[in-house]
Amino acid sequence: MRPASHSRFIGVFLVCSSAAVLSTQANAQFDISGNWRALIHEDQPERIPGPDIMEYVGLPINEAARIAGMSWDPAQLAMPEFQCRPHPSDYGSRHSNLRVWQEVDSASQKTTAWRTHREWQEPERTIHMDQRERPATYAPHTWQGFSLGTWDGNMLNILTTDLKRGYIRRNGIPRSDEGELQEHYIRHDEFLTIIAVVKDPVYLTEPFIRSSNYIIDPALAMAPYPCSPAVEIERAWGHVPHYLPGQNPFNGEYANRYGIDLDDSLGGAQTMYPD
Amino acid sequence: MPLTTTANHSTLCEEKTMSRYFRNFVAGSLALFSLGSQAQQNFDDVEIEVLPVRDGIYMLVGAGGNITVQTGVDGVLMIDTQYAELSEKIYSKIQELSPAPIRYIINTHSHPDHVGGNANLAPLGATITGGNVARLQEDAGDGATIVAFETVMNNMVEEKYPVESWPSETFFVERKDMYFNDEGIEILHQPNAHTDGDVIVWFRKTDVVVTGDVFTTTMYPFIDKAKGGSINGVIAALNTIVDITIPRAKQEGGTLVVPGHGRLADEADVVEYRDMVTIIRDRIKALRDSGMTLEQVKAPGPTQDYDSRYGSNEGFWTTDMFIEAVYDGVQG
Repeated sequence: MRPASHSRFIGVFLVCSSAAVLSTQANAQFDISGNWRALIHEDQPERIPGPDIMEYVGLPINEAARIAGMSWDPAQLAMPEFQCRPHPSDYGSRHSNLRVWQEVDSASQKTTAWRTHREWQEPERTIHMDQRERPATYAPHTWQGFSLGTWDGNMLNILTTDLKRGYIRRNGIPRSDEGELQEHYIRHDEFLTIIAVVKDPVYLTEPFIRSSNYIIDPALAMAPYPCSPAVEIERAWGHVPHYLPGQNPFNGEYANRYGIDLDDSLGGAQTMYPD
Repeated sequence: MPLTTTANHSTLCEEKTMSRYFRNFVAGSLALFSLGSQAQQNFDDVEIEVLPVRDGIYMLVGAGGNITVQTGVDGVLMIDTQYAELSEKIYSKIQELSPAPIRYIINTHSHPDHVGGNANLAPLGATITGGNVARLQEDAGDGATIVAFETVMNNMVEEKYPVESWPSETFFVERKDMYFNDEGIEILHQPNAHTDGDVIVWFRKTDVVVTGDVFTTTMYPFIDKAKGGSINGVIAALNTIVDITIPRAKQEGGTLVVPGHGRLADEADVVEYRDMVTIIRDRIKALRDSGMTLEQVKAPGPTQDYDSRYGSNEGFWTTDMFIEAVYDGVQG
């Protein structure tokens, strides 16, 4: 009897151990917390100096987005209503250093949310992990939107909705408030990769996918980023900077500088792929 | 089913039932629908959703324009009343928010999706007496006071709305103020915008602005030319809202904005909408100034970058109608 009991004990132990391992995998809590320095080694000219005006190559945009982009006047950014806006969450991963931390329910020790903070303009996000209901249809939209996360192995998947109108590229190509963001956070040792997939029924013909890499940096210090809007240029009441159709003075500048066909410079899904 | 009222004013309303109001009003209000497609709506399926805005202020969404309800020690103040057919559901929701009587109804303009419930809901409330009483003295305390700009009254008389739905207190200057539920409330006339009688309502302590249909998040601005609306009036009203609102840090939140239709908003949302309307106005004006006819203006698609978000090819307000209204409004 003793050997039988012993083997039964071992069997029960193995079953329980396996169940515990499986449970851990099903509720994987890969640690992505820390201070992450943006590497900005992909698309550097777009991300730091900024894109050229009317440079839409590689963007799966439709004609409506193109018209909006050609109408955009960078003088808009000097208006008080625009000066202190943070990047929306779908663009934030392209730009700033990142801090990630988790909120833990003390009773269950489960992670209820991941929080993020970015340096430029200090936007903060909450990525809910409790699968709560999304906001009511008539609730306000925000720059960072409403995010729900789930783990798939070691990858954190995040779906963000309820975004305010933002931009696909910082040269006037819009992303509407009907757009949504699917993100995948993947950690490889000291590196964090964020893959962002933007869908927008108003301005995109296909999902737009970007990846951004970060490196852990425990010594990274983020400075505060206070911002107070001010009138910098005197304008008539209600004046909205924009270019009328056909009057954008930068039309063709980017295409000429890089020797690109003008039509190609204006983007579209076909410009995302090799010939 | 009779509607019960609170103990404080049950005697005012004991003979009043929703069925009575429906008998008196529904047929009449249906005949008034200028927004044809909505006249076909089945109101039985409409649910009234309540969205808390801030500190005793709520946004009620059903069919028609958004309703704003302010609750507090003085009673209930509501802005707009949607369609008559929804009054019972609306009143039920309001009673869940506060058992106090409706003291004031403010109408943002005269369209039936905003004033249709006046005749049903006002008699269920009670005016605070002791000060100025706008109705006849014998009516004091009987029913909520309906406040609106003077031309709202003119329009409702002209359109043969039932007398019970007419405003009982009108004003003709650019600003009317009142103090209710411990805060100052400004009612600001916006001349010749969506109509000739638009007001925006600003709760100064709670920091909430209710815009009526000069701002929506759902469609191009409906410019009711027959009632004095104009594109430049809409843009002026939007700029006034931008002037009033103050966002918190990072240009978000702060003053909250209840639109005539659509979701709760803030200054940034109004700015996006203001920019869109202004850009389209400027484009159409430039084309018209160059000598183009209306059809020539329509051809290049001056609204194309916004159509799939705000435009429509069907219903009571199409993109074509919007372009026509702007074209007319930028003449000269």
